[in-house]
Amino acid sequence: MKLSKTAVAMTVTCAAFAAYADITVGVTLSATGPAASLGIPEKNTIALLPTSMGGQKVNYIVLDDASDTTTAVKNVRKLITENRVDVIIGSTITPNSLAMIDIVAEAETPTISMAASARIVDPANPKTKWVFKTPQNDQQMATAVAAHMAGQGVKTVAFIGFNDAYGEGWYQEFIKYADTYKLKVVANERYSRTDTSVTGQVLKIMAAKPDAVLVAGSGTPAALPQVTLKERGYAGKYYQTHGIANNDFLRVGGKHVEGTFLPAGPMLVAAQLPDSNPIKKSSLTYIAKYEAAHGKGSISTFGGHAWDAGALLQNAVPTALKKAKPGTREFRAALRDALEATKELVGVHGVFNMSPSDHLGFDQRARVMVRIDKGAWKLDK
Amino acid sequence: MDLQIALLLGQDGITNGAIYALLSLALVLVFAVTRVIFIPQGEFVAFGALTLASFQAGKTPGTLWLLIGAGVVVALIDLTLAVRAGTARKIPRIVGWNLLYPAAAAAAVFLLKPSEFPLLLQIVLALALVVPLGPMIYRLAFQPVAEASVLVLLIVSVAVHLALVGLGLLFFGAEGSRTPAFSEASFDLGQVRVTGQTLWVMGASLLLIVVLALFFERTIYGKALRATAMNRTGARLMGISTVMAGKLSFLLAALIGAFSGILIAPITTVYYDTGFLIGLKGFVGAIVGGLASYPIAAAGAVLVGLLEAFSSFWASAFKEVIVFTLIIPVLVWRSLTTRHVEEDE
Repeated sequence: MKLSKTAVAMTVTCAAFAAYADITVGVTLSATGPAASLGIPEKNTIALLPTSMGGQKVNYIVLDDASDTTTAVKNVRKLITENRVDVIIGSTITPNSLAMIDIVAEAETPTISMAASARIVDPANPKTKWVFKTPQNDQQMATAVAAHMAGQGVKTVAFIGFNDAYGEGWYQEFIKYADTYKLKVVANERYSRTDTSVTGQVLKIMAAKPDAVLVAGSGTPAALPQVTLKERGYAGKYYQTHGIANNDFLRVGGKHVEGTFLPAGPMLVAAQLPDSNPIKKSSLTYIAKYEAAHGKGSISTFGGHAWDAGALLQNAVPTALKKAKPGTREFRAALRDALEATKELVGVHGVFNMSPSDHLGFDQRARVMVRIDKGAWKLDK
Repeated sequence: MDLQIALLLGQDGITNGAIYALLSLALVLVFAVTRVIFIPQGEFVAFGALTLASFQAGKTPGTLWLLIGAGVVVALIDLTLAVRAGTARKIPRIVGWNLLYPAAAAAAVFLLKPSEFPLLLQIVLALALVVPLGPMIYRLAFQPVAEASVLVLLIVSVAVHLALVGLGLLFFGAEGSRTPAFSEASFDLGQVRVTGQTLWVMGASLLLIVVLALFFERTIYGKALRATAMNRTGARLMGISTVMAGKLSFLLAALIGAFSGILIAPITTVYYDTGFLIGLKGFVGAIVGGLASYPIAAAGAVLVGLLEAFSSFWASAFKEVIVFTLIIPVLVWRSLTTRHVEEDE
């Protein structure tokens, strides 16, 4: 079904070259490789995005970059030169998205990234003029964690994270805010996604006797340190990052991850949000759509970043269509301007208010603290 | 670091080392018999563990489709060859192993409910699905190029690895699984808490090593494998089929791999691509043994496990670096002490 849809999209795209008036959206994401657990729900979500915007037909061309930087760059070049896309969505992870900036800036093609790092839209870099992103910055999540720890009376924290950009990025952000909230980081350990044992790191953490442990990993691999700590009898508080927010984590972690705190996009606990929160409605709509196509419980917050990218486009395209025809340089520039002018657009992860210096545009509404309670996500008030 | 931490790390290192040791034995075996550096060894670890996890989750494991698919392809190729060569007596055997066996496995999975089986039966069924893939892969990927150089075989091996990892992602998804422990028991030995699962891993590894040793020493098939490993041409002249030896060594490698996966699945989360790194660490052990000596390979693998455990305590960020750097002094030492013999191609 999915395959046939993509195939149809491909053929339609080829046929549509002559028509020229259709909007072409190029997508590159990490549906295989280490980031596959993020890329797959994003890919599924792209298939649910609207096929017409502002009365114009929209074609999606989806490529897989296998979580590999070189492939992502190759994909983007292909999308720009061969498919002449009007806008690019992608990639899933930070290294890929950073590598894409130069090319899309040179080709003047607006791009919406689904990766977390704030560097992707760093206003100090003039090339990021063409780049937008939908996921919350790590910094927004790190302040939430540090503030919550302080509120819980935590004084000392041990950190254990992936030995890659994700773990390192979180460590850098977290120590920045740890001082503000008078937290002392007493251990800093690393492990790799594919490790079969973290006993060494865990023993070292326990020797430091911290009040709380922060695990910075994504998806099910983040369960390993916590399960090992529980088995060794560590009784302090556990914190995870928003990287774990999918149901597979609960399945693998089981009873060992009860009571864990984590920051997350509001869509993770959409049904528990107060009705006054506009994000509740948009999140529930997306979740219903996704689960109708892929089964109950299949939802993951990462797909939400792709959905938000679609929402940004749908909001910006009608404005841009007034100025120029799709497939032209003028249309791409108009689309970029329209994206930058996004105001009070409600997504599933937050409310977007873009400006020339802020190509993400999220405020505090874009994150909530969540607790794992009886094998489910619970909004922590 | 006090004694207790050292003991805990030692226990952890030996447990992991036992798994690496099994894999290094399989690597040495396959290399000795077929000259293939068997990179896909790790995929059998993942397939074994994830097939078992699928049974427990009440899902149909994708490895079943792979078994059926590979069986059909092997059967088509072999039947065509048999008909052309006019050797009709081979046909029942080909049909039996490549078509009837996968069909029987499928019937067992669909008609009986594996999710309600006791653990032991689930393990047997998981092994029954994964292990025959070994000889089938040999038949499809390696047998046609069996006489090629080690480099060509290595390239084929990398290709098979990439294909299997891709299939693993398709079958099991990107997220990992854990299986329940064989035994929840744990008891205190002095200051150190020993869990039942750790003992299972060590015990099962030791048992498998002893069984393998007996197999090579006592059985006619084991002796045939040893003969092929020592001298392929000589073995063929003595009437030992190199094809049979190749398939048998892959069967054993798949068995060891899948069984290792089932052993570690309760200790750690297993992903579709977990196997590669585990296999690579077994490979470091096998290198220590020069890809020739079983006992040194096993000892090397345990050394890797211990090194890993202690370096994860002292310098967790550099753990992999430390483990894989072990190869360099070993290679230097080996190239200084052994006389290099040009391989006659």
